[in-house]
Amino acid sequence: MDNKIIELYKKIYLIKKVEDVIKDNYFDDEMKTPMHMSKGSEAIAAGVCFALGDRGQYFSTYRSHAPYLASGGDVKKFFAEMYGKKQGQYAGRAGSMHIASPETGHISSSAIVASNIPVAVGAAWANKMQKNGKIVVVFFGDGAMDEGNFWESINMASLWSLPILFICENNKLAVHTRPEERQGYSNIEKIIEQFGMIKSSALGISVELVYDITDLILKAMIEQKRPGFIELEYYRHLEHVGINSDINETYREVDNKRFCKDKDPILELRERLLILDINVESIEAEISKEIYVALEHAKKGEFSDISEIYKDVFYG
Amino acid sequence: MAKIKTTYKDAINLALVQEMERDDSVFIYGIGVPDHKKIFGTTANLVEKFGKERCFDTPLSEDALTGMALGAAINGMRPILVHIRVDFSLLAINQLVNQISAFRYISNGKFKVPIVIRNIIGRGWGQGCQHTKSMQSLFAHIPGLKVVMPTTIEDAKGLTAAAIRDNNPVMLMEHRWLYFQEGEVEEEPFILPLDKASKIRDGKDITIVATSWMNVEATRAADILEKRGVSVEIIDPRCISSIDIDPIVKSVLKTKRCIIADYDWVYGGISGELSSQIYDWCHKSLKAPIKRIGFAHIPCPTARHLEDEFYSNSADIIREVERILGLPEMDLTGEEFYSYENKFKGPF
Repeated sequence: MDNKIIELYKKIYLIKKVEDVIKDNYFDDEMKTPMHMSKGSEAIAAGVCFALGDRGQYFSTYRSHAPYLASGGDVKKFFAEMYGKKQGQYAGRAGSMHIASPETGHISSSAIVASNIPVAVGAAWANKMQKNGKIVVVFFGDGAMDEGNFWESINMASLWSLPILFICENNKLAVHTRPEERQGYSNIEKIIEQFGMIKSSALGISVELVYDITDLILKAMIEQKRPGFIELEYYRHLEHVGINSDINETYREVDNKRFCKDKDPILELRERLLILDINVESIEAEISKEIYVALEHAKKGEFSDISEIYKDVFYG
Repeated sequence: MAKIKTTYKDAINLALVQEMERDDSVFIYGIGVPDHKKIFGTTANLVEKFGKERCFDTPLSEDALTGMALGAAINGMRPILVHIRVDFSLLAINQLVNQISAFRYISNGKFKVPIVIRNIIGRGWGQGCQHTKSMQSLFAHIPGLKVVMPTTIEDAKGLTAAAIRDNNPVMLMEHRWLYFQEGEVEEEPFILPLDKASKIRDGKDITIVATSWMNVEATRAADILEKRGVSVEIIDPRCISSIDIDPIVKSVLKTKRCIIADYDWVYGGISGELSSQIYDWCHKSLKAPIKRIGFAHIPCPTARHLEDEFYSNSADIIREVERILGLPEMDLTGEEFYSYENKFKGPF
C-alpha cells in the first residue's frame, strides 16, 4: 500500500480541520486577527510541500494557514498565535497574516500582495550562491500577477536561473474582482514560456496530482537549472477575509458554486481512501484530537508581558 | 597604524574592498554598480577583484531588488544595495517599510536582517525635483531602519564598514559633494559606532547641530563668525534613526543657544525631532528659541538661482546666528562660500 496517499490525506485533513475549529470559535472574538482562510486550497500547499520535503523553503501570502501546516508547523504554536498568547509561534506579534514556521521551512508570510515574491527570489539567489541544494517555493494568488513586483521577480529569476518554483494559486478572484476586470492578457503560461521557465498548469484539487506535477517540475528544474512555474486553479470556498461564505455574492460564478461543493480536495481523496478500505475515521480522529489539545492549550495560555513590546526591533 | 591620503569616495571604496575581503557573504549590487562609471568611483575594482557573483549589475527593478536583499539576508548573506540617487529608493518603499524594517520584530526576533542600502543624496547641478532629495527624516520615521549619514572621510570608512558588519538594515546616506573631500584616514580596517554623534568644532556661544553636507556649511559659517568674535560649536548627530542626544544636550547647556541645520525639508523633518528632544532637556537653560534651517518646503526646482534658494548655506546660518545673538548683519562681501561650480559641472 502506498503510504504517500495517507500522508497526503493527513496533511489536507489537518489544514481543513484546523480551519473548521477556527470557524467554530472565531466569533467568541478571542482570536483577534484577520484571517484569510485556506479552505479550498489545501491540496496545493500539501502537495507542493510534500514533493519538496526537506529541500523546501516556502514563502507565502497572508493566506498562511495551509503553507504553515503543510510544511509541518507546530499546531499548538499555531493556535496560541491565533489567540495572541506568548506560547504562540511569534508570541502574538504575527497573528494569522504573518505566522510562519522557519523551523519546518515556511520562512515568512506577507500581507502585502506580491511583496514576498522578490524576497523569495533573494532567498533563492543566496541558496544558489551557497550551493546548498535548497529550493525556494513562493505561493501567490492571481491578484499578485497584477503587481510590478511579480514581473520584476520572474524576470530576475529567469535572468539568473535561480532555483525557485513559483506557485500561482489561481482562484480567479482578487478580493472581489475577477481577472477580466484586471488582466490585459489571457494566458500566463505563454508569457512564462517566454521567460524560459519549466512550467505547468492544472486544477489544484487533487493533492496527488499536485504532488506529481510538482515532482516532475522539480526534476526538470534541477536537471535544466531553470526556475519553475505552476499555475494551480482552485476554488476559494470562503470570502476573501474571514470565515463567512460569499458563495451567493454576484462576483462568484455559478461554476464556482458547483465546484466548491463537488470538488473539495478533502472529499475527493476521502472517497478514494474509503474505496481502498483505509480506516479514515481513525486517521481523522487522531488529527482532531491533536487540534483540540492545541486549542485548549491556546485558550489557557498567557499573554506576553507588556515589557516585551520594545524588544527585537533591532538585533543586538 | 598608518594613515593614507585619500578622498571620501575612495574611503568608501576601501571600506567596501576590506569588508568584502573579510567576509565572503558580503556582496554588492544595483543598477550600474559595476559599470565603467563605478557609482562616482565608489565601486571601483570590485567586480575585477571579487567577480560578477559578488558585484553585479541588475534589471531596473528597485522594488524587487530591495525585496531580494531581505531574502538573501535571512538566508545568511550580507547584501549591499546601491541607489545612485536616493530618489530611486522610493520605488522600493514597500519593501523597506512593510517588509525589511518589520521582519525581525514581527517574527519575535527569529531572524537577523543584515542589509546595507547606500543612497546617494543631495544637490548636484540642476538636477530638478527627482535627483536632489535627501529624505533621512522619512526613513528615520520608520522603526527598524537604521539611518546613518557619514560626513567626514573617517566616517565614510568607519561607518560604511560598521554598517556592513551590523546585523540590521542600515540606510547609508552619502552626500555627493562630500565625495570630493580630501584628507587622511587609517588604512587598516576599523569601524565606528553607528549610533554616536561627533563633535566637529568646539565653541561656546552657540551650538549648531548639523547633518551631512550642512556640517561643511556650518564650518564655513563658523570660520567667518569667528572673525567677529562669535564662537560656534558644531555637533554632527551622524545617526538619524536614534539620536545620540547626550553630547548635543551637553553642548546646548553650555552655549544656551541652538540652531539645527538639517540637509532635508524642515517641515515634519528630523530637525523637529531634534528640537523637541533638546527642549526636553534644555528648556530652562535656553536664552533663545531653537531655530531650524533646511530645505524650502517646495519640490527642488532646476534653474540655478531657484536651486540656490531651495538649499540652505553658510550665509543662512550666519544670518540666523546674528538674529539669535542680537548682532547686526555683517558685511559678507568678499567672503568666499562653497560653490561647486568649478568642481561639479554635470551632466549627472
